[in-house]
Amino acid sequence: MKVLVPVKRAIDYNVKVRVKADHTGVDLANVKMSMNPFCEIAVEEAVRQQEKGTVSEVLAVSIGPIQAQDTIRTAMAIGADRGLLLQTDADPQPLAVAKLLKAIVDEEKPDLVIMGKQAIDGDNNAAGQMLAALLDWPQATFASKIEISGKTATVTREVDGGLQTVEVTLPAVITVDLRLNEPRYASLPNIMKAKKKPLEVRDAASLGVDMAPRLKVVTVTEPPKREAGVKVADAAELAAKFKAAGLL
Amino acid sequence: MAVLIIADHGEGVLRDATHKTVTAATQIGREIDILVAGKGIDAIAASAAKIAGVRAVLTAESDALGQGLAEAFASLTVPLMAGYDALLVSATAQGKNIAPRIAAKLDVAQISDVIAVVSADTFVHPIYAGNALETVQSSDPKKVLTVRASAFDSAAEGGSAKISSVDPGPGAPGTKFISDAMVKSDRPELAGAKIVVSGGRALGSAEEFQSVIEPLADKLGAAVGASRAAVDAGYAPNDYQVGQTGKVVAPDLYLAIGISGAIQHLAGMKDSKIIAAINKDPDAPIFAIADYGLVQDYKVAVPEMMKALDALK
Repeated sequence: MKVLVPVKRAIDYNVKVRVKADHTGVDLANVKMSMNPFCEIAVEEAVRQQEKGTVSEVLAVSIGPIQAQDTIRTAMAIGADRGLLLQTDADPQPLAVAKLLKAIVDEEKPDLVIMGKQAIDGDNNAAGQMLAALLDWPQATFASKIEISGKTATVTREVDGGLQTVEVTLPAVITVDLRLNEPRYASLPNIMKAKKKPLEVRDAASLGVDMAPRLKVVTVTEPPKREAGVKVADAAELAAKFKAAGLL
Repeated sequence: MAVLIIADHGEGVLRDATHKTVTAATQIGREIDILVAGKGIDAIAASAAKIAGVRAVLTAESDALGQGLAEAFASLTVPLMAGYDALLVSATAQGKNIAPRIAAKLDVAQISDVIAVVSADTFVHPIYAGNALETVQSSDPKKVLTVRASAFDSAAEGGSAKISSVDPGPGAPGTKFISDAMVKSDRPELAGAKIVVSGGRALGSAEEFQSVIEPLADKLGAAVGASRAAVDAGYAPNDYQVGQTGKVVAPDLYLAIGISGAIQHLAGMKDSKIIAAINKDPDAPIFAIADYGLVQDYKVAVPEMMKALDALK
């Protein structure tokens, strides 16, 4: 069984985000970039499934600038077998991402796509569901447990108010949530081995997919700042503040 | 402009998020219809019909819709969208599950987590965990939005919309529902609660979380929340998680106990009307945004708070 795992190069989750002075976006110059944390969980899951013997091949696909090769190498250091970069400097929006991924799915014919539920830059939480829609495949979003058996996957999902378990017929798209697993740290030997794994780079535009942005960014601003208030001496004073505010 | 809203409901009741989404819809168009999809939804449809400003309520019933399966919601909603210019869904886990599938089937973008409507085609939504607000203008013929309900006021009652049923569609042939495991609670729902009491990693164990945070929440009639650190450590269920990767809340009072205030947590609660924090570390980042800060060990502060609340009531 072949699994395709899309991985995104995004701002490192520890970096403090700054809005550009001209309000055109967020300042990414000289900022540390890493693999989106949810994508890491997706790669880890695919590799664990491979270690269990349910998966035979893990293909990591990234869409982005030439530096996204590093992100793919990271996926290969975790255990992905090969990589594909669809190179573009355009920062495609989720619908375009889904269309590009569909083009690759049509070529590669994986049995399963496992991907992060959202990227921590745009926070859209959309590309996986969109890919499932375009392929007309079943979807299982926000997975916290995945069991693959034959032509089905049983997925426990984090839903409003608790958990839901569904069984999807493969091929399918699964998006992963935080508690699915804790990604491993890639060992040095595995990082070295990853450098020798095959990584193909293709021009994203060569796929003939409509990548035109549907949303025009009008402005990007800082959220309104909250000021620190007052310190209180003890819990009784705090409770009195609640009372004064009409909260009790 | 005609707007379709997919109702947010659960446990047999219409959630207030639907009323808030109606308010967002009134800023986009005048003809507002609500689609109530599920199983056993008559009472919910009746509640939806009473929201002021709603033109019509459509109902669709099937097992797959009752199970919330995205494939079923997409095959139901996509044909209906022929009669609408915009689709609004509240940005819950379920809304996020279904809306992008519908958007892609319509070949349009989704605008996620909308917190303000600038005009019928221009919207504000948070990006980078709420550290930036992006205003986007859509060039698509139809708009698909998930709406952050906490950013909008509830629409009033007083409507009398007509209720009619529609074909529920073919369901979800590739997906089989196995089971639900819902957390049962008498407390208010986290996303819509007026007061939220949240605990962090400082609590140190699940037992401590239950014996400290939950009684205080019950005394205040509050919902219980938790930081991601507390959830990751297993002190609280994931459903309690407030933050970029959990729920976004904006209650009248957010009381953070033993929470340092990581960026990703602040993203989920910084729009609360009043923020109060109890933490023994005076340098905890949570104090930089708290209206009221108490620098004290929660082990001292919470029992005192319980007594003080009894005295004030």
